[in-house]
Amino acid sequence: MAYDGNDKVLEEVTGKSYEFGFTTDIESDKAPAGLNEDIIRLISSKKEEPEWMLKWRLEAFAVWKKMEEPNWPHLQYKKPDYQAISYYSAPKQKKQLNSLDEVDPEMRKTMDKLGISMEEQKRLSGVAVDFVMDSVSVATSFKEKLGELGIIFCSMSDAVKEHPELIKKYLGSVVPTKDNFFSALNAAVFTDGSFCYIPKGVRCPMELSTYFRINESGTGQFERTLVVADEASYVSYLEGCTAPQRDENQLHAAVVELVALDEAEIKYSTVQNWYPGDAEGKGGVFNFVTKRGICHRRSKISWTQVETGSAVTWKYPSCILKGDHSVGEFYSVAVTNNAQQADTGTKMIHLGKNTHSTIISKGISAGKSHNSYRGLVQIMPSADNARNFSQCDSLLMTDTSGAHTFPYIEVKNPTAKVEHEATTSKIGEDQIFYCLQRGIDEEQAISLIVNGYAKEVLNQLPMEFAVEAQKLLSISLEGSVG
Amino acid sequence: MVNIKELKASIGETQILKGLNLEIKPGEVHAIMGPNGSGKSTLASVLAGREDYDVTGGSVDFESRDLLEMDATERARSGLFLAFQYPVEIPGVSNINFMRAAVNGKREHEGLDPIKGKDFLNLVKEKASLVELDGRLRNRSVNEGFSGGEKKRNEIFQMAMLEPRFAVLDETDSGLDIDALRIVANGVNAMRSPDRSFLVITHYQRLLDYIVPDFVHVLVDGKIVLSGDKDLALKLEEKGYDWIKEDVIA
Repeated sequence: MAYDGNDKVLEEVTGKSYEFGFTTDIESDKAPAGLNEDIIRLISSKKEEPEWMLKWRLEAFAVWKKMEEPNWPHLQYKKPDYQAISYYSAPKQKKQLNSLDEVDPEMRKTMDKLGISMEEQKRLSGVAVDFVMDSVSVATSFKEKLGELGIIFCSMSDAVKEHPELIKKYLGSVVPTKDNFFSALNAAVFTDGSFCYIPKGVRCPMELSTYFRINESGTGQFERTLVVADEASYVSYLEGCTAPQRDENQLHAAVVELVALDEAEIKYSTVQNWYPGDAEGKGGVFNFVTKRGICHRRSKISWTQVETGSAVTWKYPSCILKGDHSVGEFYSVAVTNNAQQADTGTKMIHLGKNTHSTIISKGISAGKSHNSYRGLVQIMPSADNARNFSQCDSLLMTDTSGAHTFPYIEVKNPTAKVEHEATTSKIGEDQIFYCLQRGIDEEQAISLIVNGYAKEVLNQLPMEFAVEAQKLLSISLEGSVG
Repeated sequence: MVNIKELKASIGETQILKGLNLEIKPGEVHAIMGPNGSGKSTLASVLAGREDYDVTGGSVDFESRDLLEMDATERARSGLFLAFQYPVEIPGVSNINFMRAAVNGKREHEGLDPIKGKDFLNLVKEKASLVELDGRLRNRSVNEGFSGGEKKRNEIFQMAMLEPRFAVLDETDSGLDIDALRIVANGVNAMRSPDRSFLVITHYQRLLDYIVPDFVHVLVDGKIVLSGDKDLALKLEEKGYDWIKEDVIA
């Protein structure tokens, strides 16, 4: 029952090189490989950090040294040599920038190639972009306008210096240093990231966006993002990434913390398209991310992610529904092709009364890839009338790919209502043939069917991101049926 | 328009079509009837280019081109349409977007630019009225949650949108109540023209009261064993297929 033509197309497409696999030639200021207290002191001093921050890092390092890399995910990879990584790399740009014109032309070119020309973004879409190349933020736009509303949107380095009281209060409050191996590593060596604070009652008028880009051979990226939405505020935050082609695996262990205080709402959207490695998986990015949000009373956190890149993904954006009547949502599309592996999902921890959570996960596996959904729904004794609805669908594009679902449900309160639905299907040959018979070619047919399958999730993304995500899905899966 | 000669096809080890001959001229409507398992739907699938079937012999000429050399998409773009017996659902893909992709695929084949939004919507409006397909169904996902009758009306709507040269209707009457049958048949009849041909595959004579064929053929065991005009269908309705097996084949 196979379409003979598909194998041919599959070969052609897997031979296609990564579209964003270019590197930018910028002088960089790089630490020697290895990790020890001296390196951490170096990072801290390069960033002109206060003493308390250095202390926090050193404590994290001490914790990390005692921890072991997790083995439980459904992933197979060669564990990185943490002593062979350089933990600091910053583009050489010494003076403060007042406008985009002062940005290094090479860096500007990179931004243009990524299709995120900042002028255009500024003018057309009203998105404030905090562009992170390697580890230092080089430009932050719209800062003034946001400033008028009391919104803080800046690099983590600046935040440490300028808003120490907020950082001390919230950094590590949702993802404690000792939470896991990668969060501890991140706490010790994080070089930059974004900080966002929305004051009480303020609705952030634009989507805040950070583009990450790994740019220095052999450097891991350890981003730290903290979003604090004060009472009754609202923010939509976008995160998108592409990375240049590399021969060795690049480690990325980011930490994202969201704090939604009473009646606040945070919408966090990610489109992730890091280099997945070649057809054998060689050279791709390792993406070990810890993302978690805490919801106070009547607040809401919504995670939406479209994951198409990375050789190995380990990622579970989660919500702690602490406050009564709080809401957590997780919408995910994860695509794996060739030799990619993804173990992703979410955790919804219900502590407050009348807390609600929704999980919609759509996995798509092509090539010989493996795609696992791992989710935990935990209803604690205090969570009267908690509700959860989970739907985990898997779509197989080939006979050689795998889809796995590991749902964990723990209910410790008898008033809870938890629903879980799961389906696994192979992409329908009947559906493809139906399209072909209407004169739609196979590539487009797959794109239509896959985008239709993922629509519930794509609909959650802000408009401009949704368009980008649709293209990504199509590019990632071209000719991958077999 | 279409000339099928000694067509043989099998699925796996089983031979289903065993030397089928049929010539359809422009403007003609041919009906194929036959008992279950005689190869009716196989014929439809083979003509449309479904790769599950192996064509093991014979030829099919379509407007002076070798149909069997073309892939399914090319056949469709060249003007062959199949109204499916069981139209599939494509969740999350709106009927409108689906049809736009189909119409633009055909236009690309003809060297035309993609259709303009406004023109497309006008076309949809015009063609949908032909089968009384309301706006709700047009905007829903392809066939998702459609009733049996709605699915078949959607097939005819799509046919009207694509204006094929040759349309194969595979048991379009199955699962239709009398009102839906009339709507579907009216849609087909409205599309009859001197340069468009139809092959209507059906199990029952009923459909042929509404779509009156020029010729009726009886398919038994992978071959056409008897041909006639519309009266043949009435005779089949009355007497069943057994007499053919006894009288004609024996």
